[in-house]
Amino acid sequence: MDTAYFLQQLINGVTLGSVYGLIAIGYTMVYGIIGMINFAHGDIFMVGAFIALISFILFALTSIALPIVLLLTLLIAMVFTACYGWTVEKLAYKPLRKSFRLAPLISALGMSIVLQNYVQAAQGARIKTLQPVIQGGFTFMEDTGFTVSLSYLQIFIVLVTIVLMAIFTLLITKTALGRAQRACEQDRTMTALMGINVDRTISITFIIGSSLASVAGMMFVMYYGVIDFYIGFLAGIKAFTAAVLGGIGSVPGAMLGGLLIGLIEVFWSGYISIEYKDIAAFTVLVVVLIFFPTGFLGKPDIEKV
Amino acid sequence: MEKKFFQTSIKDSLFTGLIALALFGPIVGLRTVAKNEVLEVHPKWLIVLIIVIVCAVGRFLTNLYVYNRDQKTGIQSSIGKSISNFLDTKGYQIALTAIIFSVIFPFLPFTDRYLMDIAIMMLTYIMLGWGLNIVIGLAGLLDLGYVAFYAVGAYSYALFAIHFGWSFWICLPIAGIFAAMFGVLLGFPVLRLRGDYLAIVTLAFGEMIRILLLNWYQLTKGPDGLTGIPRPSFFGLPFKSFPDEGEQTFHTFFGVEYDPMQRIIFLYYLILVLALITNLFTIKIRRLPIGRAWEALREDEIACKSLGVNPRNTKLTAFAIGAMFGGFAGSFFATRQAFISPESFTFIESAIIVAIVVLGGMGSQTGVVLATVFLIGLIEVFRDFESYRMIAFGGAMVLIMIFRPRGILATRKPTITLEKSSSK
Repeated sequence: MDTAYFLQQLINGVTLGSVYGLIAIGYTMVYGIIGMINFAHGDIFMVGAFIALISFILFALTSIALPIVLLLTLLIAMVFTACYGWTVEKLAYKPLRKSFRLAPLISALGMSIVLQNYVQAAQGARIKTLQPVIQGGFTFMEDTGFTVSLSYLQIFIVLVTIVLMAIFTLLITKTALGRAQRACEQDRTMTALMGINVDRTISITFIIGSSLASVAGMMFVMYYGVIDFYIGFLAGIKAFTAAVLGGIGSVPGAMLGGLLIGLIEVFWSGYISIEYKDIAAFTVLVVVLIFFPTGFLGKPDIEKV
Repeated sequence: MEKKFFQTSIKDSLFTGLIALALFGPIVGLRTVAKNEVLEVHPKWLIVLIIVIVCAVGRFLTNLYVYNRDQKTGIQSSIGKSISNFLDTKGYQIALTAIIFSVIFPFLPFTDRYLMDIAIMMLTYIMLGWGLNIVIGLAGLLDLGYVAFYAVGAYSYALFAIHFGWSFWICLPIAGIFAAMFGVLLGFPVLRLRGDYLAIVTLAFGEMIRILLLNWYQLTKGPDGLTGIPRPSFFGLPFKSFPDEGEQTFHTFFGVEYDPMQRIIFLYYLILVLALITNLFTIKIRRLPIGRAWEALREDEIACKSLGVNPRNTKLTAFAIGAMFGGFAGSFFATRQAFISPESFTFIESAIIVAIVVLGGMGSQTGVVLATVFLIGLIEVFRDFESYRMIAFGGAMVLIMIFRPRGILATRKPTITLEKSSSK
């Protein structure tokens, strides 16, 4: 019974952790490259979830096979949400690159309010329910009194996350684009002198971050089946916590952090208290920032005069 | 040359239109509507078409008329500059006029219940803005969880008043002290964090307080909220239409007719006095060593450290004092509403207060007043357009950061300057 319960929490935690990890990558990359907390990133995730929802509803009217629907929705969500990320960067952050330190954060806060209320105005304030897209799954350990279930959906979520993260890690470590990004992180002026288009590199960073967030949004709407315009706020803070926990600026750290936050949240609600499950993530955030602000895989941040 | 420019402009605006289509097409154009518990999509292509055309044409026109010019003359900044110049020279008279106006406001012929309610709300936000201005404007700490202290003040006032039956004037300082204690409690571990981390941690703290209030049912009655919070009395004289046997009320004591407006007017003066105290305190403390240390810390922390200013203690006092005023405002809110629930202390409240401080110009006391009148006025006028007004609100925050990053009234004059000596 106890092992079964534990195993079930583990499965749920890894699934949730995948979603947080995907969002956290967006935070960590943007922080790495321009040193700002993209407060609107959680809302980009929310927009991605809505686009995925709309796409699922439209495909439900047709008779396209499920795997193709999933693939197409993934692509649609990524492309359209990337447009949001790109536009937000151009409108709200790019003019503020040389402004004082808190300016981009306040601008991002404004952008987050805009996105939330824009989706509320366009799509309505009510919660949206999606019929399950992928059904069924495995069950095991029935004889212990607590049936552990591992749904196909959970397998799908974890697999897609692993594949995307693998592709993405290759992109960052092996390609010219990845090199340009890492160069921008170190020194933007020098990178520009070396003939790299810094603006374009930053834009691409936002595009990648947003499209990964949209995948997380798609997973979220499939997993929970319910979304509203407000989901970005909490998910955003939790993913940010994941990014900080893993070491902000580090991409593998974000994945690790996401996984940990997912596990912590699920185990907290499973064993301690479900009402206070959001407090778990916040407590982790506060504790991590106070005691080891560099996280697991981050580099120490040296303050220069 | 001219033709080439024209061509690139057209290309650019077509591209803008395409992006607008991608942005607004799915979210605006395909509205999901629940029908019999199944979602359906209702297309709204006309609106999308209009938005796309507006974006493309707007982009074309800005290309033609704004970016084409040689020098960029930011109209916003020149307006802001002239306003702040005006306020610099005439600041004292304007402040005096504003105070006199707010004192006689309840007795003006056009003042009715509705206007009084708005005025009380505005004054509450002005007080919160002034309180947060100590933290953001003077000490330069971005606090996104200010509403937590407001909530702590409101709840501690309500709990003390309900359970012990203490009067407003005893509960008010207690609420302030409680809020300040929470400020210290939160500030102590987190204040050494860097600016943006601090912002997120304070935000998380604000949410934690709200979740706690929502779930600690025995103490706070959770989502049901606390009801029956005692109304304030005029130094022991309650505002009641039908006094109990042998009880002195406000209207019997002064021998006037009972009028429900009497209580509203009393509340108005109460918050006016509280707000003015906050303002006076800030003006005075800016000239004391601690106030100077705050401003110095905002400008350069490392330099401060090297000159022997203890950054943690200095920031902690700013945090605690800001929290204390938040607590005062909270207890006023509780006594005015006679009902509080966690609903009133959401993140958006913090965002509104931050927006007031930022929009007004961090550190500018007059700016807070102007920004409050503007923002709360905007919110009131567009009360029926809930989400549109919040879009405008968020958009205003972005635009202000782009065009006037230091706020509309960006006066970063040092509060002390060395006199030029006459002898050379």
